[in-house]
Amino acid sequence: MDKLIADLKVQIIEQLNLQDTKPEDIGDDQPLFNEGLGLDSIDALELIVLLQQHYKIKLSNAEDGPKVFKSVKTMAEYITEHQPKV
Amino acid sequence: MISNNIVYKNGRSLFEQKEINVSGFLIAAYHHFGMNYPKFYKMDVISKLGLLATEVLLKDDFKIENYKAEDVGIVLSNANSSLDTDLKYFETTKEMASPALFVYTLPNIVIGEISIKHRLKGENAFFVSEKFDAGFMQQYVSNLFNNNILQACICGWVEVFGEEYKTVLFLVEKMNSNTAQLFTIENINKIYEI
Repeated sequence: MDKLIADLKVQIIEQLNLQDTKPEDIGDDQPLFNEGLGLDSIDALELIVLLQQHYKIKLSNAEDGPKVFKSVKTMAEYITEHQPKV
Repeated sequence: MISNNIVYKNGRSLFEQKEINVSGFLIAAYHHFGMNYPKFYKMDVISKLGLLATEVLLKDDFKIENYKAEDVGIVLSNANSSLDTDLKYFETTKEMASPALFVYTLPNIVIGEISIKHRLKGENAFFVSEKFDAGFMQQYVSNLFNNNILQACICGWVEVFGEEYKTVLFLVEKMNSNTAQLFTIENINKIYEI
């Protein structure tokens, strides 16, 4: 899980063009939206793209979004649970 | 004015960085002018050009507090609309369409970005023409002033396609000034050609 969380932080910075942010600036439990990392609705769409591109996971239920994208840790947990088994 | 990897203000070079592509140059200029606006990184090239040029244009010389937000407008133009971004977006659709690029596939988005950054709420418009048309710009903006729709307006040309780009912005204010140039077609063309 730690490796996945570390990878996700790098991928989020790259996908969302957060060039002034370093992976260590993002806390595992830090909220990604609003008062946390300050992401917006377009960033939310880019996170969905990230899940599809890097982990082949399609978010089937849009209502799951706020729960899945609450923090890097919740994203990692969702990926671990839903990533297709090879 | 931003052209050929040089940022000018009133004909004087303020920043230059050669042998770097337009994206790299704009990021370097962003740091040089200490903009501290992280959303800048996410913007397409035309929005970056417009935002950077506005920053330089308004820095030190423009007192926004002299105006109501509704009284300051933006009228821009270019030749290639948002084609530069449209093509980049189209490339992403071959694999996975990028939402972040899609939102920039209109030329007037640059006006929105400038308005958000500087909290401007006045009338705005973006026109597409093959060449910069000082006569049209003068007539259109004068009409906004004469009808008391605006008291000040950021005007100009924000063009990019690939590595070819040119941005020329100027500020027009309705109030009398002893130092400003008159808002004539001849003066507008002089500013564009500097």
